[in-house]
Amino acid sequence: MIDRLLGMVREMGVPRLLIAGFVVLLFATAVATHMDIAALVTDSIVRVARNGVLVLALLPAIQGGLGLNFGLPLGVICGLVGCVIALNAGIAGVAGLLVASGIGVALAVPAGAGYGWLLNRTRGQEMMVGTYLGFAAVSGMSIFWLLAPFTNPTLVWAIGGKGLRTTLSLGDSFAKVLDHWLQFTVLGVTIPTGALLAFLAMCALVWWFFRTRMGITITAARSNPRFARAAGISDTRTRVQASVLSTVLAAIGIVIYSQSYGFVQLYTAPLLMAFPAIACILIGGASVTRATVAHVIIGTFLFQSILTTALPVTSQVIEGDISETARLIIQNGMILYALTRMGKESA
Amino acid sequence: MGEIHALVGENGAGKSTLMNILFGMPVIHQTGGYGGDVLLDGAPVRFESPAQAMAAGLGMVHQEFMLLPGFRVAENIKLNREPTKRTVLSRVAGRGLEMLDVPRMRADARRALDRVGLTVDEWLPVAGLPVGHMQFIEIAREVDKEMLRLIIFDEPTAVLTETEAVRLLDAMRVFAKAGVAVLFITHRLDEVKAVADRMTVLRDGEVVGTPDPRTTPVTRIAELMVGRPAQAPAERRAPGAGAATVLRCEGLHVRMPGEPVHDVSLEVRVGEIFGIAGLAGHGKLGIANGIMGLYPASGRVLLNGAPFALNDSRGALEQGLAFVSEDRRGVGLLPDESVELNIALSALEAQGRFLRPFPVPALRPLDQKALRAHALEMIRRLDIRTTGPTQHVRRLSGGNQQKVCVARAMTLSPRLLFVNEPTRGIDVGAKERVLQILAALNRDEGVTLVVTSSELAELRSLCDRIAIIYQGRVAATLPPDAPDAAFGLAMAGETAAA
Amino acid sequence: MTASEKRGRGVGSAIAGQAVPILFAVLCLFGIWVAKITPAFLLGELSARVGRNSVLVLSLLLPILAGLGLNFGIVIGAMAGQLAAVLIVHWGGKGILGFSEAWLLATPLAVLFGLVTGLLFNKAKGREMVTGLIAGFFANGVYQLLVLFAFGSLIPFHDPGMVLPQGYGLRNTVDLTTIQYAVDNLVALRVTLEGVVTRIPIITYVVVLAFCAFNLMFFRTKLGQQLRAMGQDPHVAAIAGIPVDRNRLIATILSTVFASWGQLLFLQNIGTLNTYSSHEQVGMFAIAALLVSGATVTRATVGQAILGTILFHTLFIVSPLAGKALAGDAQIGEYFRVFVAYAVITVALVLHAWQIARAERE
Repeated sequence: MIDRLLGMVREMGVPRLLIAGFVVLLFATAVATHMDIAALVTDSIVRVARNGVLVLALLPAIQGGLGLNFGLPLGVICGLVGCVIALNAGIAGVAGLLVASGIGVALAVPAGAGYGWLLNRTRGQEMMVGTYLGFAAVSGMSIFWLLAPFTNPTLVWAIGGKGLRTTLSLGDSFAKVLDHWLQFTVLGVTIPTGALLAFLAMCALVWWFFRTRMGITITAARSNPRFARAAGISDTRTRVQASVLSTVLAAIGIVIYSQSYGFVQLYTAPLLMAFPAIACILIGGASVTRATVAHVIIGTFLFQSILTTALPVTSQVIEGDISETARLIIQNGMILYALTRMGKESA
Repeated sequence: MGEIHALVGENGAGKSTLMNILFGMPVIHQTGGYGGDVLLDGAPVRFESPAQAMAAGLGMVHQEFMLLPGFRVAENIKLNREPTKRTVLSRVAGRGLEMLDVPRMRADARRALDRVGLTVDEWLPVAGLPVGHMQFIEIAREVDKEMLRLIIFDEPTAVLTETEAVRLLDAMRVFAKAGVAVLFITHRLDEVKAVADRMTVLRDGEVVGTPDPRTTPVTRIAELMVGRPAQAPAERRAPGAGAATVLRCEGLHVRMPGEPVHDVSLEVRVGEIFGIAGLAGHGKLGIANGIMGLYPASGRVLLNGAPFALNDSRGALEQGLAFVSEDRRGVGLLPDESVELNIALSALEAQGRFLRPFPVPALRPLDQKALRAHALEMIRRLDIRTTGPTQHVRRLSGGNQQKVCVARAMTLSPRLLFVNEPTRGIDVGAKERVLQILAALNRDEGVTLVVTSSELAELRSLCDRIAIIYQGRVAATLPPDAPDAAFGLAMAGETAAA
Repeated sequence: MTASEKRGRGVGSAIAGQAVPILFAVLCLFGIWVAKITPAFLLGELSARVGRNSVLVLSLLLPILAGLGLNFGIVIGAMAGQLAAVLIVHWGGKGILGFSEAWLLATPLAVLFGLVTGLLFNKAKGREMVTGLIAGFFANGVYQLLVLFAFGSLIPFHDPGMVLPQGYGLRNTVDLTTIQYAVDNLVALRVTLEGVVTRIPIITYVVVLAFCAFNLMFFRTKLGQQLRAMGQDPHVAAIAGIPVDRNRLIATILSTVFASWGQLLFLQNIGTLNTYSSHEQVGMFAIAALLVSGATVTRATVGQAILGTILFHTLFIVSPLAGKALAGDAQIGEYFRVFVAYAVITVALVLHAWQIARAERE
């Protein structure tokens, strides 16, 4: 009995149990202090739908053997360019969302292919190269945002008239078009049906993809590259496919994120975006070498619940925003744990 | 006067494990330790680390070079045994901060190099020196150890040219003359005969004999290493010499590390079971690996009389070839995937089986039903012991993993199946079963088999003809009932003339 | 393998070793030319910057020697330095005496932090760089928990000038004027160039030189030789009886301690502590500075550390001014220099991984 319990603990991992316990504790505190639970749950669900696809974008990279895709900002940038172009052209509503995603995907395919090409030449160092490639791309794009020839007066700085603003409002464009679609309220909890469905649809699509010939090939090449070569599979190709898929999902992910948030954030905003997403998928139970759609959904829900509830709950006890500090500790503690566990779980 | 003691045995006989124990390598303690005693000068010793073994006077010349390419020759020779000078800092912060005494390092290194007869400048970086030099630098490093009592040579001549090998044997004699005991691990039996005073033969982790190297013929030693046939060849009806040729190799070269194939020519007839035997390191395993495109290969290969493109794994599979690799965990399996996927994967990849229709061919989804049905059928036919088709193959025993490998090859419905080391590392019952499966596959479905094995006995019970590979070439092709001596001679490289 | 490794390094150093610093020098000179920067201005800015940043860059050398790669974990050492500075100033430490007290307090803290980092590195062999980076982020969270919530509540700390009005948590900036220039002004040389007075902090440079000398000497000690052997091939080193894991800990601890000292030198020059951000960029800027000189993930010398610091900080001074002169916007120059820092690190990492991949393929 005790053995089985210990086995379960080992299977889950101590940090995961701690985090799940923390979520329970937060909600328990919220109930005990008579907080508006419905509002907290609403916020949590909204943020799951908002961040979900960005977390999902990590899955192909892990399954393709690229490890944790710290280069996520690459795809994010592609999506942001899509958003800005749609905004600049004044395309609103669902059309704007589709145009932004379409342009984002069109850019993400070559970007992901190039990224995959580079990662093939830097095997074993994918995470480090990805991190700094992402950083470099974000800071390089900052120069682009400043110099890009966008003319729409709602986008550029009012004074001087040069360069895009750091935050662009989507209020008149496609803000919340998904969140508000079929939105309903039950027991005081508001469900952003459209956004949630979009996230789940993407999950289903990725799940389906990894059961097709190409998906199975990608997984096989990750699982054992030498086996793959013996079976006539080129793992250089499958790794590029994984990288493209991850980058494309990141591009779509940021468009969905922006519509839910209501703003497009430029310049250094995407710099650290990979880290919370990575924490989500790890908390959900993924490792550096293995991830499932269930990990994505569970992890996003747990981590985003913490982020939404930590601030209102703890602010009843202490002044000052401890949620950011908690985020740093949980997020990076989880990644550290995964890094030190690498190679052990499969042995 | 020190003794030169040779230790011979096939790959997997336990030589490396024995050396790791003697040298106190951490891998021994991390994987369960050992029982029994090691006696040094009659007293039991138990080394917990290489440092302790070295302090007790053990030295080792490794199979792979244990040299730092970016370090100079003298720095390598004196590695972690550098003479030092005390400094102000070292008085405060300990020995670690003593300065290296470079002139003395060079002088010591020079003396050691001179003793092994290497004239190379001791202040040159090791990177870029000829491979033969590196071996002697390793020896010089051991010579330099004042405490040296016993020196172990781990297959030292594998990378040397013939003249270098002769010099190395001379160096061993120098050690012995200086009163240092030499333990010489090798596959080359002629070298054993040339230099060893005594010898020990290992097989499957046990001592199988201590023949006198001076008087025992090479053939006898080779027999001891590979073992004698346990049973009489099974009765079977072999295709005669008139049968059509399915595979023909002419001058096949394969660059497989450790198992290089230099110039192999052979013919495999339709419907036969063709065996490939030979001592480890002579290239028998390289043949199938080369033809299946796993290692770079060159030469002329004909499949059913038509030219066959080498270095193309996918092409080989598409032309009806299949392969069960000797490296089950490394090449043969996806350890963290299910049994059913492992069985189906090659056929799914090469032939597009187990997929449902979809407009985009690359995105055809898996046909879960067909996959499951096929896996259950294979599990039944091959008697794979598993909790179910979704169990991960990592959790299966070695024998059942091997059955999964065979099942995957069978799923391809091959015309010609290569099987390397079908029974390596699996228990006795499973061995029998795997061999039966292979025989049945040949008998009932007419699949031509090429079986490569280190266990001559199993080849002699299974095959119609057996090619013996020596130094990357075919030394002889024998019927399974040829006399033991003929096999022994061929494995030792002595052609029929001897 | 050995020959190819050498060839890989040959190609690598031909590209990275020469082209990178030359490219940087050209970039700097171009910026100086467009922005019409005078030597006097440049020298004045540079003397302070090189003085306060060099030790941080030098703290990277030992882990590289030992094969741990670029120690992104020096951020954690910087935090030790900051905590010490805050506490000493709070306790009324002043001038060089106060600085010395901070130095004495930072050292055991950094030893402890370094030990923990080193143990982490030993659990994540082969992934030390990404582990160091994430460990830095993680430590930042713990540091925030400490200074934002524990200072003034769990840890007695009453200082209205330093603590937020709520009674706990440090303010965003903490005034360190009591120890400002404690080392810089101990002996300072006034140089007048084109009418501009520049103060050269002599003692700071003596400290930097001492660090250079220590590193140079360390390379030639027994421990240095051991680290060098481990850096080349930990397996061979272990066979030769070198205690690899213990030495990796030593290298990480020393690096962390030096980083804490480096951060103290940095703070005494700046005079104010940005409580929540002073340390964040320390790792990135020190590493970029080192790499600009053509150093690589596996090879870096004392000379490269100093050259890199000079080049990188020249670019730092020049690029906003050049951006303003070229595009009428200093912002571009600021983004540019951040981009350059990241890009330099990316290129070095790519080259490094490239070489490993090539060596393994052969």
